[in-house]
Parts: sequence; C-alpha cells; structure tokens
Amino acid sequence: MLKIWSMKQQQQQAENAEGAAGKKKKKVTAAQLRVQRDLQELTLGNTMKMSFPNPDDILNFTLSIEPDEGMYKGGVFHFNFTVNQNFPHDPPKVKCTQKIYHPNIDLEGNVCLNILREDWKPVLNLNAVIVGMQFLFLEPNASDPLNKEAAEDLRSNRDSFKRNVRSSMGGGSVRGVSFERVLK
Amino acid sequence: MTTSSLSMEGKQGQWQHLYKVLSKPGPYSDEDWVPGAETVNALETSKILGAGGLGCEILKNLALSGFKDIHVIDMDTIDISNLNRQFLFRQADIGKPKAEVAAAFVEKRVKGVKITPFVGKIQDKDEDYYMQFKIVICGLDSIEARRWINSTLIGMVDPEDPESLKPLIDGGTEGFKGQARVILPTLSSCIECQLDMHAPRPAVPLCTIATIPRQPQHCIEWAHQIAWQEKRKDDSFDSDDMEHISWVYNAALQRAQHFHIHGVTFQMTQGVVKNIIPAIASTNAVIAASTTSEVLKIATSCNPYLENYMMYAGEEGVYTYTFEAEKKPDCPVCGNLARKMTVNADMTLGDFIDSLGERAEAQLKKPSLRTEEKTLYQRFPPQLEEHTRPNLRLKLRELLEDGEEVAVSDPAYTIDFRYRLNFQ
Repeated sequence: MLKIWSMKQQQQQAENAEGAAGKKKKKVTAAQLRVQRDLQELTLGNTMKMSFPNPDDILNFTLSIEPDEGMYKGGVFHFNFTVNQNFPHDPPKVKCTQKIYHPNIDLEGNVCLNILREDWKPVLNLNAVIVGMQFLFLEPNASDPLNKEAAEDLRSNRDSFKRNVRSSMGGGSVRGVSFERVLK
Repeated sequence: MTTSSLSMEGKQGQWQHLYKVLSKPGPYSDEDWVPGAETVNALETSKILGAGGLGCEILKNLALSGFKDIHVIDMDTIDISNLNRQFLFRQADIGKPKAEVAAAFVEKRVKGVKITPFVGKIQDKDEDYYMQFKIVICGLDSIEARRWINSTLIGMVDPEDPESLKPLIDGGTEGFKGQARVILPTLSSCIECQLDMHAPRPAVPLCTIATIPRQPQHCIEWAHQIAWQEKRKDDSFDSDDMEHISWVYNAALQRAQHFHIHGVTFQMTQGVVKNIIPAIASTNAVIAASTTSEVLKIATSCNPYLENYMMYAGEEGVYTYTFEAEKKPDCPVCGNLARKMTVNADMTLGDFIDSLGERAEAQLKKPSLRTEEKTLYQRFPPQLEEHTRPNLRLKLRELLEDGEEVAVSDPAYTIDFRYRLNFQ
C-alpha cells in the first residue's frame, strides 16, 4: 500500500504546478458531458425542433419532426428522448408520444430503428439518431416492420398506403383503428 | 529483526503458511519491502470491501488470506438457483439477504475474522463510507455499478491525502469468460478508460421480434416487450415478480405455438427477461482467486501486483492473457481531472466565458457549460440557447457554489474541460 501512496505523491509533485483536482463535490457525470457535446454538434435544419421541459436536465427532451417532403409532409411528430447515466454505452430511449400509422413505429410509440437497438455503438451520437429518425419519415421501410398491417399496406399498394397515411394524420381511422391528428 | 521475529510468535496454526510468504523476501518482491510483523499487521488491519455475485468465492478467499476486517455489500436475497455455486448458502437460507448469510457463515468457519454485512446497493453509501477502507474488491454484475464505483473512487482521490487513494480490484465473469483488473484511481487506466472494450449485448432487431420470430427467445422478447405494453400498460414490469414472469411465459408460449416454435420454458423466460447468462462455478473460482491474490499483494507488497488486466477464456481449454490497459488521456472520469481556477464571484457568466477564450490552455471559441445540476449556457440547440441566455448576465455567485465543478465543451476540441471554480 505504501508503495502506491508514494507513487501518488510523486505524480502529484510532477503536476503540482498545474494544481489538478481539489475538494470533491458534485461532479458533472460522463453522460451529461457527452450529451452536452452531442447537443452542440447537432444539425437540426428547419424540419426539427427540440424542447427541454427542464432546461437543467439535458438527458430528457422532446424532438419534433416536421417532414418537408414525402408521405408524412405536413405532420408534426413528437418523440421523447430519455438518455440514462450509462450513455453512450446504452443507446438513448426514443418513443413517439402520438399514435401514428407508420410501418416502423407501433401503436404504442415504439420505434424500430437499427441504431437504437442492435446496431447502437458508443461512437454514434445523438445526431446519428436524429438523422435516422428523420429518414424513417422520408422512407418508411416495409421490410423492417413493427406495425405489420401498415407494412403490408405499403408493400402491396403504395397509393392506398399513402391515402391511409393522410387520413391517419388527419385524425381518421384505418381499418378500425383511430389515429391522432398530427397535422400542423 | 529481533522485534519482528518476536511478534511473529504465536502466529502459527491456520495462518502459518501465509506468514511464511509474508516474513521472507522472494525473488520478485519489492526491494523496499520489509517482510515480517509489520506486513502481517498491515494485512490484518486492512479494511476490505467486497460486493456482488462473485462474493462467495471472494469472501472465502479474503478470510483465508488473513484479512480480518472485511465489509461486504450485496442487495440480493438468496434464490434456489444460487445454491449450485454460491456455496455459503443452504436451502434453509432461501429468501434471506446474501450479505448477511455469507458474513455469518464465513465468520463461523474462519475464527478471528470480522465481517460486516450491508444489505443494499453500493450506491446507497457515500464517500465518507468508502473512505474508511484500504482496498475495494468488486465482483459486480453490471457495467453501470462498475462505472459508479470507479468514478466514486476516482472522485475521492485527494492529492494531499495519499490514503484517499483506494485501489480497486475488479473481477467479472460471464459464462466461461472472465477478467480481473487492478485499478489505481487516477494513477492507472480506469474502468471508464476501458469501456470501449465491452461489446454491447447483441440485441435482436425489434422488427424480427414483432413479425417473424425464429427462436423461442424471440417469442419471449415479444411477450416481454410488446405484448406486455399492449395488454398491461399500467403495470410496470418487475422481473422478480413471479406473476409477471408467468404472464410473460404464457404469452410467449402461445406465440411460439402459433409459429410452431418449440422450447419456450419458464426457466428460459426468466433467463431472457433478466438477461441471465449461466454462471459457471469454475470461472468464478478462477477470477475470485486472481482478484483476491491481487488484494493480498497490494495490501502487503509481498509480490508485484497485476499490471493491469488479465482476461480468462475457458470455453476451449484454458487461456489467459495479461496486458496493460492504457489510461485514456480524454477519459471523462480519470482523464482531464478538474483544474482549479480562482475567479471573482461577482464576474458575470458572460465575462467568464470570454475569459476562457483568453486562457492559453483552453482558447475556447464557442464553449457550452454546465454544472452537475444546472445548464449554465448551451449554444445549441436554439431552444436551450434561448433558455440559458439570461444566465450570461448573472453573476457567478448566483449560478454556482464556491468550489463547484463546471464542465466545458467546445466544438473546436475533441476533449472536454473541467474546472473547479473557487471564489476569490
């Protein structure tokens, strides 16, 4: 033990000029620091907005996507992001707060996006997730379905799918399931 | 020499083999080391803290290695499935807290050892508690808990007090694989530095689970993640609640029948929802032996300790590899520790940010800043910028406490800066 303590003293003497570390108090956590950095490096464009219910808590926020092209144009879609203290080892949890008609988003708001689950890596950042989310609205993907009926609809008849998307976005129902109005 | 040999008398019996090692130098022992009574005394008064799933092995090894003041933390209670390898527990102990039963058992078997149990999470204790120990040895079951103890011990290091540096010995096993590592907080590579080495658990794509399951596990995941949310939205799922597990099991079974998949069992359901990888007794024994011998070597200096990572793979034959993991210069926990900065408390946050731009080591152009509690100023996204802009006109004393840490990141730099602001 003594050996290790004297190692620390030597290191300290070397660094003394710089005066590292001091009395301990609440430290900014690794997850917070990483999110602070990720937020700064976001490119949101004008189709996305973020809101922070508690600006001091940057680990919980909402992302709103307003696609400016594609089948979902004209809608506003809200997603809750929950980042835990194990970020970036764990991916952020993302959930749609509305009930929408989308092959990759189920009626509970779960999102099927590869980098939110099986392909998440700590080198990915929030920007990658947000770009992925936006892509889901430009190119809904029938081969990776979470809402099977919607996927089948898209696969078999693109025009009918389009019509159903429009009516669901207006608050109408598709095959007996009613959806939330998401138009601006 | 005479005094030390004198006090070595009576140190016979169960410890005599240990004392042999500790009372004469060996070929690898440190030149500065003085074998004998002092070393033995240091060993017997070392307070050691152990925790977690490897606990049984570690606790037994520590007690048999001559440590006499051991504390153990564990939050779990004994389950019937533990009995095959957690040998300090008996059938009659099922349902009782692991820490207490293990402590009582070892105290009874190894006379003269004091073991203090604590039933709870390691996170329930604060720095004052951890400060009393000399060495911390962990057999934790999650990355989260490891990161917590790692950053806590690193945060405790006070340059003026060498005893505030508590070596951390971490053991971990998963099936036939295991690892042991020695971490000297702030001196050597820490758990956070090595985080990239953990491959995230392979997850099955949600869409496979939702559409065409191929394996019984997919059906269980479906029941656990999708069916539960649809049918029992209002109950939050508890993997220790038998009724919840049974519900998931039955839902999974039905789905499996529908897709003609065989093999969904109750036990597998438990394994999948709790993310259980079968524990192998021999792996635990190997890793516990390695970690406890590191503790012994560090506590007594009788032999050189592991520098600093030993991996073990026992799937095919026995393979171990030892290497020195490097410290990451930009490690968010042990790299760039907070620098001290003395500031005028009446300075506004805006002026403070401008002053960061002039500091030689920083020269920050567009910094964002926060404390643990507050977002001080965040440049992007615009919604946060708007919220935090009024802070720029506030004085530092209105935003933070004397001695509080501020973390600064700037897009121009890949690393982040931490400053501890002391008021003039």
